[in-house]
Amino acid sequence: MTDTVGIVIVSHSSDIAKGTADMVRQMVGSEVKVAFCGGNPDGGLGTSVPLIIDAINDAWSPKGVAVLVDLGGAETNSEMAVEMLEPARRDLVVVCNAPIVEGAVMAATEAAGGSSLAQVKAVAEELSAD
Amino acid sequence: MSVPSETLKSLVKAAAEQVIASAPELTSLDQAIGDGDHGTNMKRGCEAVLGKLDAISAQPLDEALKMIGKTLVMTVGGASGPLYGSFFLAAGEALSHDKQLPDDLADVFGSAVNAVSARGRSQVGEKTMLDVLVPVLETLKTAAGQPDLIARVRTTATEAVERTAPMQATKGRASFLGARSVGHVDPGARSSCVLVQAVCAGLEARP
Repeated sequence: MTDTVGIVIVSHSSDIAKGTADMVRQMVGSEVKVAFCGGNPDGGLGTSVPLIIDAINDAWSPKGVAVLVDLGGAETNSEMAVEMLEPARRDLVVVCNAPIVEGAVMAATEAAGGSSLAQVKAVAEELSAD
Repeated sequence: MSVPSETLKSLVKAAAEQVIASAPELTSLDQAIGDGDHGTNMKRGCEAVLGKLDAISAQPLDEALKMIGKTLVMTVGGASGPLYGSFFLAAGEALSHDKQLPDDLADVFGSAVNAVSARGRSQVGEKTMLDVLVPVLETLKTAAGQPDLIARVRTTATEAVERTAPMQATKGRASFLGARSVGHVDPGARSSCVLVQAVCAGLEARP
């Protein structure tokens, strides 16, 4: 298997994160590494920096990882998680400005074709363009 | 300045306990214009800080601040984790780079405020914690070295919180409400005020 960009899904809700990951897997099978997390450190609605770090490392690929997030705190916590990665990985992770479900499916489909991290991010973010 | 371990410990403990005591109020403010989790999130973070109190207060001040910041980042579970976490991480970082207390207090606080602004991509006037932190920074600059500095900081923080009520939020979850965010005090501004007041009270109580 050639390396493909990994996908991480970060939602305030673990149900949404898991459901989104299920939809992604249905689209791209096992060609792309997909990891997800949702919920605050107590399991309630929210996001958790350590869980995001774990998810990024689980989905790790030498081609990088694209992170899809839902609302504000998920983005802020994901950006913080990226900064806390080991330096060699930090520059190979992007947080996409895209709707979480559509963005994850589009990003994973693009990744499955062997595209670069920048291409994967661009395709996901086309969804946010007017 | 080296801060005695006991002083550091009592300041951190008082600040964390004050935030925990304010959790119901923070949650209530956040229910009005946000997602209602600011109180529980800050409480979780501050309880984690209290759990590491001995380890934190055994460190030199710069490392203690960084440990507080990292603990908040890892445990709060909302955007306030990285925001307050970045504040304390940057303050600790500034002290690790030749800044000294009390002489450079405004510089150190300024570095911390800049980190919050960068993390949240936010500026003063957008109904956030910056609307307390930036006025406090201004007072730290203008009243530096004055005997009534602490009292002036306390007044600044209290007045600044109230000034967030008529603001319309353009950042964070409250921005979804648009004009309906007007009339409510910002919960992040309130938690910043609680922290500032707790540290000031602790400094005033020093022998």
